[in-house]
Amino acid sequence: MAQLTQRAATFQRTLSAAVSSTRCLSTASTSPISVETSLPFTGHKIDPPSRSVETTPQELLSFFRDMALMRRMEIAADSLYKAKLIRGFCHLYDGQEAVAVGMEAAITKKDCIITAYRDHCIFLGRGGTLLESFAELMGRKDGCSKGKGGSMHFYKKEGGFYGGHGIVGAQVPLGCGLAFAQKYSKDENVTFAMYGDGAANQGQLFEALNMAALWDLPAILICENNHYGMGTAEWRAAKSPAYYKRGDYVPGLKVDGMDALAVKQACKFAKEHALKNGPIILEMDTYRYHGHSMSDPGSTYRTRDEISGVRQERDPIERIRKLILSHDLATEKELKDTEKEVRKEVDEAIAQAKESPLPDPSELFTNVYVKGLGVEAFGADRKELRAVLP
Amino acid sequence: MGCSGSRLDEDGMGMPPKSRPVFLHELKMRRHMTRPSHKDAISTPSKKELLLYDKDDDGSSTYKNAPQTARFSPKGGGEGEGTNKHEDDRKHKDVRNVDVRGKGGRNGHKVNKSEISSAGDAEEDEDYDERMIGRAPGSPSFRVYFNDGGEDIHNDIGKHDDFKSGGAVSSEVSFTDYYRILVEFIRVSVVAARQGFAVKEDVRNYKAKGGMQRQSCFGKLESLERGIRATALRAFSSSGKEMTVRDALNSALDEEMSADPKVFLMGEEVGEYQGAYKITRGLLKKYGPERVRDTPITEAGFTGIGVGAAYYGLKPVIEFMTFNFSMQAIDHIINSASKSNYMSAGQISVPIVFRGPNGAAAGVGAQHSQCFAAWYGSCPGLKVLVPYSSEDARGLLKAAIRDPDPVVFLENELLYGESFPVSAEALDSSFCLPIGKAKIEREGNDVTITAFSKMVGYALKAAEILAKEGITAEVINLRSIRPLDTSTINASVRKTNRLVTVEEGVPQHAVGAEICTTVVEESFDYLDAPVERIAGADVPMPYAANLERMALPQVDDIVRAAKRACYREKFE
Repeated sequence: MAQLTQRAATFQRTLSAAVSSTRCLSTASTSPISVETSLPFTGHKIDPPSRSVETTPQELLSFFRDMALMRRMEIAADSLYKAKLIRGFCHLYDGQEAVAVGMEAAITKKDCIITAYRDHCIFLGRGGTLLESFAELMGRKDGCSKGKGGSMHFYKKEGGFYGGHGIVGAQVPLGCGLAFAQKYSKDENVTFAMYGDGAANQGQLFEALNMAALWDLPAILICENNHYGMGTAEWRAAKSPAYYKRGDYVPGLKVDGMDALAVKQACKFAKEHALKNGPIILEMDTYRYHGHSMSDPGSTYRTRDEISGVRQERDPIERIRKLILSHDLATEKELKDTEKEVRKEVDEAIAQAKESPLPDPSELFTNVYVKGLGVEAFGADRKELRAVLP
Repeated sequence: MGCSGSRLDEDGMGMPPKSRPVFLHELKMRRHMTRPSHKDAISTPSKKELLLYDKDDDGSSTYKNAPQTARFSPKGGGEGEGTNKHEDDRKHKDVRNVDVRGKGGRNGHKVNKSEISSAGDAEEDEDYDERMIGRAPGSPSFRVYFNDGGEDIHNDIGKHDDFKSGGAVSSEVSFTDYYRILVEFIRVSVVAARQGFAVKEDVRNYKAKGGMQRQSCFGKLESLERGIRATALRAFSSSGKEMTVRDALNSALDEEMSADPKVFLMGEEVGEYQGAYKITRGLLKKYGPERVRDTPITEAGFTGIGVGAAYYGLKPVIEFMTFNFSMQAIDHIINSASKSNYMSAGQISVPIVFRGPNGAAAGVGAQHSQCFAAWYGSCPGLKVLVPYSSEDARGLLKAAIRDPDPVVFLENELLYGESFPVSAEALDSSFCLPIGKAKIEREGNDVTITAFSKMVGYALKAAEILAKEGITAEVINLRSIRPLDTSTINASVRKTNRLVTVEEGVPQHAVGAEICTTVVEESFDYLDAPVERIAGADVPMPYAANLERMALPQVDDIVRAAKRACYREKFE
């Protein structure tokens, strides 16, 4: 009997494979599973939440898929950059996917996220598509910012994603401003302002944190501590690398950022806290496999052993894979198939993005103002190129 | 104020005709507004200046011995940082817009008769100015010159040693003149008595050798005349309401906040302190601490928070105590605010206003005196507005708050207390001025003078002076640095064929440089003379009064530049 149901299940899965690529997810159950996080949380001026996280098979499978998608996208972006289809800056997020995915699991699209320049995966998590992402990276018209932003300036306002900022640290006061506006509008939502260990020393961060604490803003500061601020290790940049304690009067929590479930738990906890008590800092202990950006090999300031060591022991996708397999939620083959699908999806998106045209030259002068007042704007040779701003 | 048909003397001052008896109303009266204040005096004193001011040996003027001039009382004015309110109020009066009714646009300071002191002795210098303030604020002062029926008046200067004390000069008058003056005096006294004005003797100013009796008579005359003029002007005034720039800004903020609940204020001391310059007075009480936020002294932080709130859809009005402090937050203004709409291809708009005083105040030193018009004016994505009068302040601030783009609103501390007439239309709560349109404050045919903010007042004064020399200047109040109203400027230059640009900031890479280039590009064939630039000196602002005066454009500089532009060809 068990064999029958199992074969029926397999048949059903194969059938729906032809229809949709999310076969694992659509048929996975939503019965709760309780999982322990890899490490206990450490709190600063706050009682940390419990280690035990409630999740469902569907959620775990979606974690796996989403993280695999993000990983694949970043690797593909690496190749595209080396093929010179992506120009300028390209900061890759592989290794840190658990933060993006765990956070999304804890919140809604009405909550706001704002981050720095390592924003491709956050954008995906907020509802961005692969096509928009690759087209923007390649500077094409179909990009999320119509090709005018680039790698560091992905936005998705309807998904609550406010970018994508190139100036280190600037996004934190902006995030507190979003929280201010949410409180002002009485929205009962929170803002996640993400920054790195390099930005954690910025003065404006403390200025914004002071005001957020003063006014009880629903702001959650997420420090993605990947231990390197560009080429500078954290112990060389910060006198106190315990970033979750740096808020002083603001409570903090240290989280294993490679464990998506821990991230989810922490973010859920933080959201409840922020809505009631004001700002909180979450330090996500995470790691990036690539260098700071594509122009940084990433091995001049750290050893390859360290990188491969983290990949073997702490990789977020591997952790979820082990969890799925140990709970029998899917077979090894199914997971591999998921990965293959993901790869195919990414390749298709790249092909589509490559066909997307460059923006029209008239786009040079659009969106300078919302209300252009009919003002004239000039190109390099003002007698040659001028336009009226609408 | 010359009468029609009057001759022009070498300084272009109206003089009564020589060959008939002199009546009071024809006596040469020089309103203080048409001459630069002693603070504006340039270092080479002309005869005119010797006449008017007290000059120390080093060429600077002493405040105390300044000629009698009516000044606004700064009572109740703002507590601006580090400024001497007396200095401010004396300096920048627009000749046509003085508050002659004496009611004081300055926070409703009212004149009452008790302030008009009875005749006391005018010997004490210290109290003199205070009494002057109380007497008839807002009314113009008159220096009365008497024509003795033939001699050029200025020849008399050397005869009297009282000019050093800033006194006026009177020359010998004939008996006929004296008789007529006495008759006038009696008539005027009767009128004044009916009006209830007390008479104050300005004996000090008219003390001359042996002329005590006559001087006191003339002194009385003058004060009576002034009072009557003030009354008459009040009675016949048709200009309606007047408003200070401070009140204009306050009312604009008030109205916009009541119209749109998304508008909120943020800045240092905007709430409980009522505003560092009292611009936001009363708003905390009216709208509450949620909408009027006092911040800590953290510009980068609160500007970032403001921009973030604007991302979400609110409409913040961020106040910088002065724009010098905006440099701490300039990354958020430029990178986070001005560029966001472009980088996001229209997804993230930033309907924010950054406002505050810009440019030099009085004696506040290098770090507090920079003009940022050129800096912000060079950023695509920003709109930069520079109001001058109360109407500008009201209309442009309302337009700025309603505008969906980031606006940098550069006010001027020294203009806050200035009073300007406002039309009924301007007082309406839906009043808005278009962004990107300049205003022609004064029409003319001979030379175009462009200016913005405080310099518009200077340009208007310069235009008055030029008018007496037969040069009609067209004064353009730019109102908007970005977008710059190049079409108005070009149309004006095509009419006048000459251009003088005036601004307070340093000339290199400044607004005037852009205007000049635009005009050269678009109206080259119409220019009859090279474009003249008047700008601040290429130095950090010094503190010493004389150096500060030299570091900023003065009315005489504008006049000189306009004349230079006009004398390229022989001009008569």
